Amino acid sequence: MKLIFEKSVPHRRGVRSARSDVPAKNNIKPGLRRDQDADLPEVGELDVVRHFTELTRRNFGVDTNFYPLGSCTMKYNPKTSERLAALDGFAGLHPLLGQMPYAGVGAQGSLEVLYAAELLLREITGMAALTMQPMAGAHGELTGILTMAAYHRDKNNKKSTLIIPDSSHGTNPASAAVAGYDVVAVPSDQNGVIDIEALRKAVTDEVAGLMLTSPNTLGLFNPHIKEVCDLIHGVDGLMYYDGANLNAIIGKARPGDMGFDIVHLNLHKTFATPHGGGGPGAGPVGVVDKLVDFLPVPVIIKKSDGTFGLDINRPKTIGPITPFYGNFGIVLRSYIYLLMLGQEGLERVSENAVLNANYIKEKLKKYYDLPVDALCKHECVFSAARQNQNGIHALDIAKGLIDLGFHPPTIYFPLTVKEALMIEPTETESKETLDAFIEAMITIAQMAQSDPETLHAAPQTTVVGRLDETAAARNLNVSYCG
Amino acid sequence: MPFILNTEPQQKEMLEAIGLTMEQLFADIPAELRCKGLDLPAGFSELQVQQHLEELAAKNASDSICFMGGGFYDHFIPAAVSALIGRSEFYTAYTPYQPELSQGTLQAIYEYQSMICRLTDMDASNASVYDGGTALYEAVMMARRHTNRDKIIFDDSVSPLYREMVKSHTRNLPIEIIETPNRNGRINREGLLAQLDEQTAAVVLQNPNVFGGIDDFSDMAAAAHEKKALLIVSAYPLSLGILKTPGAMGADIVTGEGQSLGLPLSFGGPYLGFIATKMPYIRKMPGRIAGQTSDARGRRGFVLTLQAREQHIRRNKATSNICTNEALCALSSLVYLCLLGKEGIKEVAQLGADKAAYTFERLTSISGVQGRFKEQPFFNEFVIDLPVSADAVTEKLYDKGFAVGFPLSCFYPDMANSLLIAVTEKRTKQQIDSFAQALEAVL
Amino acid sequence: MANEDMKFMESHEWARQEADLVVIGVSDFAVEQLGDIVFLELPSKGDNVNKGATFGAIESVKAASDLYAPVSGEIVEVNEALPDELEKFKSDPHGAAWMIKVKPSDLAQLDDLMNAADYAEHVKGQ
Repeated sequence: MKLIFEKSVPHRRGVRSARSDVPAKNNIKPGLRRDQDADLPEVGELDVVRHFTELTRRNFGVDTNFYPLGSCTMKYNPKTSERLAALDGFAGLHPLLGQMPYAGVGAQGSLEVLYAAELLLREITGMAALTMQPMAGAHGELTGILTMAAYHRDKNNKKSTLIIPDSSHGTNPASAAVAGYDVVAVPSDQNGVIDIEALRKAVTDEVAGLMLTSPNTLGLFNPHIKEVCDLIHGVDGLMYYDGANLNAIIGKARPGDMGFDIVHLNLHKTFATPHGGGGPGAGPVGVVDKLVDFLPVPVIIKKSDGTFGLDINRPKTIGPITPFYGNFGIVLRSYIYLLMLGQEGLERVSENAVLNANYIKEKLKKYYDLPVDALCKHECVFSAARQNQNGIHALDIAKGLIDLGFHPPTIYFPLTVKEALMIEPTETESKETLDAFIEAMITIAQMAQSDPETLHAAPQTTVVGRLDETAAARNLNVSYCG
Repeated sequence: MPFILNTEPQQKEMLEAIGLTMEQLFADIPAELRCKGLDLPAGFSELQVQQHLEELAAKNASDSICFMGGGFYDHFIPAAVSALIGRSEFYTAYTPYQPELSQGTLQAIYEYQSMICRLTDMDASNASVYDGGTALYEAVMMARRHTNRDKIIFDDSVSPLYREMVKSHTRNLPIEIIETPNRNGRINREGLLAQLDEQTAAVVLQNPNVFGGIDDFSDMAAAAHEKKALLIVSAYPLSLGILKTPGAMGADIVTGEGQSLGLPLSFGGPYLGFIATKMPYIRKMPGRIAGQTSDARGRRGFVLTLQAREQHIRRNKATSNICTNEALCALSSLVYLCLLGKEGIKEVAQLGADKAAYTFERLTSISGVQGRFKEQPFFNEFVIDLPVSADAVTEKLYDKGFAVGFPLSCFYPDMANSLLIAVTEKRTKQQIDSFAQALEAVL
Repeated sequence: MANEDMKFMESHEWARQEADLVVIGVSDFAVEQLGDIVFLELPSKGDNVNKGATFGAIESVKAASDLYAPVSGEIVEVNEALPDELEKFKSDPHGAAWMIKVKPSDLAQLDDLMNAADYAEHVKGQ
């Protein structure tokens, strides 16, 4: 398939602007102008529409079929959210109207959405207050760690390290490092959760906090969570909850009740906003009372007359981490989702997410090694170690699944499991879909023994086969120059 | 239950198949941590949620005629953009970690990267970061990594929103941020050169700057390079339809906000941060990058490349912590740029410049109103000085149906009577004339 | 195959004395673990290195690693052609894929490293 640049025809036009109704000025002198036109393609609207439509036929979304990527929570994205987010009242509103004039009189609808969404999320997380500013989960992690740093600075604590389990998502240590902390990694025990003995040894006065997700990336709920919190709080450290796996416990347990001080949520995971091919997302951060003063400004408030406004009078704030209030369009979608679920719907989310994951686990454990054969939460992790004996690796299993019509699960993560296959079905999948997936996985297990060559050659049904990633990195071509 | 497909009989069947009850599925959560039920309202039907949200949308003044700017602009978005990005094969897809299944997303990222390079005259772009402010922060971090130095010099004609964001993100790092005060709406060359030394990692400038003023930073690029420092330029991408590019000026890293490329204003986001650089720095660039390659049969394809720099592999030594970016927004801007094309982007940019020039003439012909930065060339935005407080004027203009203003005096204390005005291709002569009449009336 | 005269670090760099210089590279085990090497960042001639500190970086499709110096000293020679001839890592990691030659400030630092047999034991477990 050609690139859009390769479809360019000189002088072809797409969308034209209206003729100018004011005099042409041309008062920008040549020295400030570009000397050559930007080499954008010259294509018509039909060219563009056909080009991108063809690209959609080379893509795969939740709307296509089962997409069981672990820790990504690929649940159904409600269409009403898309329609309502596109209302001109929301989409066409300039963010400065939230501040002026009249302190946001022209943005009361959107300010209310941000405020109301925060209240719902406070209840769900058990946190005292949340900021909607972070624009992705990793951004939320960074915001949370910056809040931690502000707290310690305010108390004159000398803290230099953050403790992070080796099973954690890569963004955890990366966020800690970019925020200026050293990372102390703690291993998992044979049950797959953080090794409490190793943790005890690692906790020193230098520890600013600990980042944890529960359930963890193996889908296991940490039974020692209270002890972990006590250990960290004992050195005036703060407990950080990575909310990527919230789908497992939403409505059943709250990180605030578990002892966590800071929480981030991934609205594009648990709260059903679309993944978009890699964003946009949103990563609101919640905190307990003692950290509220440090949250980013502006803070959305409800005034005594019932109107909504912005408060910037927060002397201990870490400052703004977004140009305005966060990814409003994403917060809006999650607000719509929460309104539609309501209390009862929310409780059914984790129930079905956990049921679906355990169902897959039980049905497949005869065919694939299960590193931890215990109750899992919303995701289960297998190992392709058994299939290695026939020269089949997790990668081959993934590619084989593509030919059977499914998106593969996450492979080679978490790092603590060799040849990992991490499967998160989510609650929006039906039994029929799960059964079909299970059958496909069993077929692949059989092929690993009887016909490994076909798996090595997979995928065969896609527009391209396995791509040479070494060549891509050695002969970098990241921009079309033709 | 909304969105859950499994009926109760099916759930029962599945529970039986695994020999557990629903309660037992949560037995691993200690009883004292189980919540007793959340205090949330009952679920809304789709109709109810629509009615509720329509009521809220109606409380917003999106029909005010917009002269607001400050880095975020009311541009026209052609219908084909939403038609195409509204296809769920794009928006319900995830990050393309399985490239064979995701050539749509990957080719689009490659095309987007190519567009950004062509627009800015740089060698390599990434797949996007969150917004123009975090893009600037990432560029600052890149400069620190590359030079191993910690001093960053900003001119204060760079957006104050972005300068505050960079400070928030780096407060815990051993970084020294210097800000030189602008000279009459232009960069303070003397001040910048006085600060530039062998400890400087980068000089950060913006074009057009926050006041709408335009300049050529080639001399600053040369000065920075002489000290082995980098020049970072934050740019308004649509202006690059006609303005001299940061690449042509000699910038090492270009960042900016892509909202003006086909993204709705949406009250603050989602937006689009772009970042582009020269080939020698590509491995220091954060975020995802798509690269071209081929399969065993020689068919061209695209993959995420240089992933070894990223968080999921390098962890605490990664170039950044970024994971999710703004893929769908990057796609929107790609479609927008394709629809405009080579001629179209010049047209839109020139229209904005012409309409802004016309607006400037009309407004400065009002008694008591002057252009603040005399002789300073501008693109589609400028500052006028009023005889009274600008905030009071914006209120009266709002009452007359015009949205205008930027909190200049919060960041530039001597600008309490100054008003920032942005004009895009969407503003008609009639709207501009009405605006001028309204301003005259309220003064 | 490791030569008898080679010494190894736990982080898989090798060192070999050649006259009054120490030649440094990465082991065949490391190369195998990394997979196809796609990028190599080397320091410049004349730079100083410190034992245990990083002197460069090596990258494959699935991993990126810092390179650690087994000895301290001044870099007198750099294998400038190597970054463009990455296949040498596969064909001759202990010979043609040498990275830097260092004039050591203290040759005795070599004694702190593992010999070939001990290194072979060390990587068996991995």
